Amino acid sequence: MKRLLILGAGTAGTMMANKMRKALDREDWNITIVDQHKTHYYQPGFLFIPFGIYQKQDVIKSKSDFIPPGVDLIYSAIDKVVSDDNKVFLEGGKVLNYDVLIIATGTHTAPEETPGLKDKLWYKEIFDFYTIDGAVALQKYFKSFEGGNLVMAITELPYKCPVAPIEFVCLADAYFTQKGIRDKVKISFVTPLPGAFTKPIATKMLSELLKEKNIEVIPEFYIESIDNENKKLKSYDGQEIDFDVLTIVPVNMGSDMVERSGMGDDLNFIPTNKQTLQSEKAENIFVIGDASNIPTSKAGSVAHFSGEILYDNILSYIEGRPLLAKFDGHANCYIETGFGKGALIDFNYETEPLPGTFPLPGIGPFGLLKNTKINHYGKVIFRWIYWHILLKGKEMPIEAEMTMAGKKRVKI
Amino acid sequence: MVEKTFAGTIVNLNDEGYFEDMNQWNKEIAAEIAKEEGIELTDKHFQVLEFLRAKVEKGETLTIRSVGKSGIVDIKEFYQLFPGGPLKKSTKIAGIKKPTSCV
Repeated sequence: MKRLLILGAGTAGTMMANKMRKALDREDWNITIVDQHKTHYYQPGFLFIPFGIYQKQDVIKSKSDFIPPGVDLIYSAIDKVVSDDNKVFLEGGKVLNYDVLIIATGTHTAPEETPGLKDKLWYKEIFDFYTIDGAVALQKYFKSFEGGNLVMAITELPYKCPVAPIEFVCLADAYFTQKGIRDKVKISFVTPLPGAFTKPIATKMLSELLKEKNIEVIPEFYIESIDNENKKLKSYDGQEIDFDVLTIVPVNMGSDMVERSGMGDDLNFIPTNKQTLQSEKAENIFVIGDASNIPTSKAGSVAHFSGEILYDNILSYIEGRPLLAKFDGHANCYIETGFGKGALIDFNYETEPLPGTFPLPGIGPFGLLKNTKINHYGKVIFRWIYWHILLKGKEMPIEAEMTMAGKKRVKI
Repeated sequence: MVEKTFAGTIVNLNDEGYFEDMNQWNKEIAAEIAKEEGIELTDKHFQVLEFLRAKVEKGETLTIRSVGKSGIVDIKEFYQLFPGGPLKKSTKIAGIKKPTSCV
């Protein structure tokens, strides 16, 4: 009996367990998946919790509900991978052998990496919204917030869901407008990037949007530390920004397990072939989702699109064929912009987000780089799609490979 | 693409002034580009430039954080060596492509 071992039962790992169980004969292949946590979080929903749009119970389900029959689920922390011996050590000493290993251990926030972040103001006047605890604490804080200086800051790249901080400030603008105190809240967006976003055409569209909403963008600010006494952000080049309430994207890092296995880069992301998704460490180790270092967004849509490629390549590997499926870096992100509207971007390694229609060329119904009501409904419906289609590894009516059809090449 | 002469050598630059081919680089060229950016290069600068070039040759992604962990400079010193935008300026002087941030 051979074993396919999957580390991590988040979005990517769960999806792969479902896909691979359908493809691999149960007589020949055991599939085992390991995760230390029992709860599966619908992470795109965290963004809505601070504003009371979602509550905690709207974003949690049991991980075991999504693992199909015929897959062994082990709840355990992972100590390390020893790739030379094809073994994984779990915490407590249990050893799992594997023939093929998929690492899907994701990324987590590491606030301790920034001096002064996890200090006395943490979850009092400094919050993240990338964890359920942070999002819930911020909801409570906002309920009694009467106005002041709200700063949304990004500490380091890469981070999970690159558009989320933009969505956060847009939703904050709408939330405080509806509460009738927008004139008492100053909203700033602080980023180490040269602009609101990485790629020029999307940056232009999003900068205009933020300007319309009276949200100040402070670019090229690389945070060194946070002064809790004087409530200031300090940059490496001596700039300072005052805040009354700070929402922050802490440094994102791969799993500590990756570091213990000696497999990661300086942020514990795993060097991975960006097309085949094979690890650079060993032929029988593949990496999917946020755990890898491939140069595209850390996002569920990337896990989803790359999952189809990984499925093909693992079957090829098992059958001794060359790995012909190539991932193009395809990502697709809904951007919630407040007041019941949203924007949408679709891009890959080579093509930056462009305006147009999606998924049907010329028809849509979604508008790329446009702020529309229908895009917002796309995001609303997506939660259902996530639980019922995506995690279960079922087909979606969107191709894994990005298409230029429906996109317009424009000049800035 | 544009051609420009530094220290008597013609090099190919992209529209933003970054090298198309990192093999066209040498220390004299670096010193001239640095001068245009208002920086007088020291040994410390060159150590950082060599570190960046070695990383790029290995196909690794460049970040300010990784320079800070290089053992050559910490992040604060990196800012002091290349004031303004340390990674943007140092890569330009190092004759390598401007680091792209992932979306």
